[in-house]
Amino acid sequence: MNITDTAADNKFVIFNLAGQDYGLDIYNVEVIERVTSFTRVPNTKNYINGVINLRGEVVPVIDLLKRFNIESTNTLGDDSRIIITSVRDIFIGLLVDSSSEVLTLLEEDIDNTPKIGEQISDDFIKGIGKKDGRLIMLLDLEKVIGVDYRIEDM
Amino acid sequence: MDMNQYMDVFIEEAKEHLLSMNESLLELEKSPKDKSLLNQIFRVSHTLKGMAATMGFSKLASLTHEMENLLHIIRNGEIVVSAEIIDLLFECFDALEEYVTNISSTGNEGDLDSKHLVQTLNDILNGKDIAATSNKDLTDDSMQDKNFSNSNYNIYVLNILKKAKEKDLHAFEVDVVISNDCMLKAARAFIVFNKLESYSEIIQSNPPVEDIEDEKFDKGFSVVLVSKASKQEIEKDIISISEIESVEVKDINLDAFEESAVEIIEDEVDEALDDNNLKVQSTENKKTSNRFGKTVRVDIDRLDNLMNLVSELIIIKTRMEDIGESSRKQNMNEAIEYLERITTSLHDAVMKVRMVPIERVFNRFPRMVRDLSKELGKEINLEMSGEETEVDRTVIDEIGDPLIHLIRNSIDHGIECPEKRIKAGKNEAGTVKLVAYPDGQNVVIEVEDDGKGIDSEKIKQNAINKGLISKAEAKELSSEEAIELLFKAGFSTAEKVSDISGRGVGLDVVKTKIESISGFVEVETTIGKGSKFIIRLPLTLAIIQALLINLKDEIYAIPLSSVGEISPISSKDIKKVQGQEVVLYRNKTLPIIRLCNMLGVEQTEDSDELIAVIVRKGDKEAGLIVDNLIGQQEIVIKSLGKYLSGTKYIAGATILGNGTISLILDVNSLF
Repeated sequence: MNITDTAADNKFVIFNLAGQDYGLDIYNVEVIERVTSFTRVPNTKNYINGVINLRGEVVPVIDLLKRFNIESTNTLGDDSRIIITSVRDIFIGLLVDSSSEVLTLLEEDIDNTPKIGEQISDDFIKGIGKKDGRLIMLLDLEKVIGVDYRIEDM
Repeated sequence: MDMNQYMDVFIEEAKEHLLSMNESLLELEKSPKDKSLLNQIFRVSHTLKGMAATMGFSKLASLTHEMENLLHIIRNGEIVVSAEIIDLLFECFDALEEYVTNISSTGNEGDLDSKHLVQTLNDILNGKDIAATSNKDLTDDSMQDKNFSNSNYNIYVLNILKKAKEKDLHAFEVDVVISNDCMLKAARAFIVFNKLESYSEIIQSNPPVEDIEDEKFDKGFSVVLVSKASKQEIEKDIISISEIESVEVKDINLDAFEESAVEIIEDEVDEALDDNNLKVQSTENKKTSNRFGKTVRVDIDRLDNLMNLVSELIIIKTRMEDIGESSRKQNMNEAIEYLERITTSLHDAVMKVRMVPIERVFNRFPRMVRDLSKELGKEINLEMSGEETEVDRTVIDEIGDPLIHLIRNSIDHGIECPEKRIKAGKNEAGTVKLVAYPDGQNVVIEVEDDGKGIDSEKIKQNAINKGLISKAEAKELSSEEAIELLFKAGFSTAEKVSDISGRGVGLDVVKTKIESISGFVEVETTIGKGSKFIIRLPLTLAIIQALLINLKDEIYAIPLSSVGEISPISSKDIKKVQGQEVVLYRNKTLPIIRLCNMLGVEQTEDSDELIAVIVRKGDKEAGLIVDNLIGQQEIVIKSLGKYLSGTKYIAGATILGNGTISLILDVNSLF
């Protein structure tokens, strides 16, 4: 692996949710959008906020607060964003409180998941990044989205 | 040369040729004496051989070559078309088809070994040789072969030779051998050519003139020429040139291969035409498909793209309509109306481009039925009609498997064995009818057999045994409802599992597949008379007319094709029967479905008068209670995507004029 690859591999899009920083592998992030109107989809998982019209495409949006079972009084504000991610050809938006920056985390800055208990089940987190004293939860997108590929592949 | 760029064309063409071969073979089986069919098959295998050889698919080429040989002698009447030969040709066809399938999926022919087929073909050919030794044809044949192998005359040469003969010119083949010690062979050859050209026309030379000029020949060369001069004169002339070792002038006897030559010319001309088509990528296939006219092959992806753009245009148009209504400017509205007309025509035009005759699916069935009837020892007549009915390309791709399933079912389970049929006073041969016809915004496909019909009691019993329903439930079921059980997962009525159908996957798969393309399937059956499976499919899958309705402040779209009528009903009239709300409507009990409940919308207070959208699924009707009607609109169906696919009661989504998304109700799943 050459140097540029290493650098790109470790770039993360950082966003904030209920006061906590999270990171998404930049390869999974397509675009970040301002919040537009949702259309509720009935009879689906409770954490699915609805679908949005992304330039003519219908994209489902996951409310991460609900997904992570975080009790929060935060409502949609000016800083709220929808991060459009793609994993295995599925486009999905993640609703977050704000999105700030792209960080490069070196290999040694990333710890394996310890017991983090508290609110989020460890499954969603694939590592913890440390940068200037901040702790950044690096998300395992496939688990967050919750599509069981093992079944699909069969 | 890199052949990859021609691969797609090759595969498409090969498939087309195989199709026409299949058709001809089936016809040939019915009328084995029909020469034109033989010619047709011969031509197809010949073309395939050429194409395969060009692309470097040697197995394909060698198999078609052998087929061609066999067909050639059949055509000459040396052997008669027998059932064995038809079977053999079908086997060859299967092998060819497998090769082409392999090529299209992997890019190479695959491991299928057709040696035994080639062997069998050869055996038949040799058998003919032995049988025909006494036949004078053989002498003709061998002479032909010699002529062909020696000189490789192509159509042009043959044509000229023919014309020359008409003009009373003599045709000769002149073999010239130059002496070993000659230093400048090319120069000598040039002198020979010069001499010959002074009083004759040189039509062909072997090796070609360019090679001879470049001295790319060993010792001798041969030329084909027409001349008024006699054999002896030419011989004398050439031998007088120094350093010529020997010369041999042979008569070319046109009569010897006149008959077959003409046929071959036809073939070659056809092939030449085919080659031409290949170059311009046109599908015009002279003999088989003059009904198709001039066509252009277009990648389906491009069509999809075009369709998407039209969809976008329609969305924008709807948006313009919204703006136009609110601004109320005369000019604006006129422009929008004009725009609307154009988008509608454009949409129609693009839809038409995507339409394919259902023949594409149907044409594989005669063969399938033939094989099945042989295998099961039942005589089956397959009657097809409405093959020209057109449906969207995406439907074509999906409908094949369900139809195969239904036809197999009909033949295996529906149609009785011949003895039973005779006992029942029916024609010994069973009939399976496959009918397609357009019906408004739908296309209907029916698979009908005149077999034993479906016994609803048996189905009930079976369902009880399988634990799908309880005995008490079974009693309640009407026979129609019982037959509906057929489509339940885990149900198969076949008493014995056979190779053909009843392999665990049942009609539920058929139903799921058809519903996945927004269609539905029903059964009509009469015991002892037969059963009929009716598949109803939407003409198009991309853009439909829909009724927009309100539930609270949410907007939903109901496909207009399933909306029967809209009627106000009084909430007092709603009665509860076994927990199901119904209303008496036009002397029928109409089940009421409260969409709010189904879709998790907070229910509004029941007002006195409710709006019911009466939707249909086959013969069934139900009234959907909605809060408000918005109106009819052309909508573009978008998928909810992999992630949300399978959401209950929702078939997809569409984008409204103002850019928001509205969900499309899956009416079929509401029943």
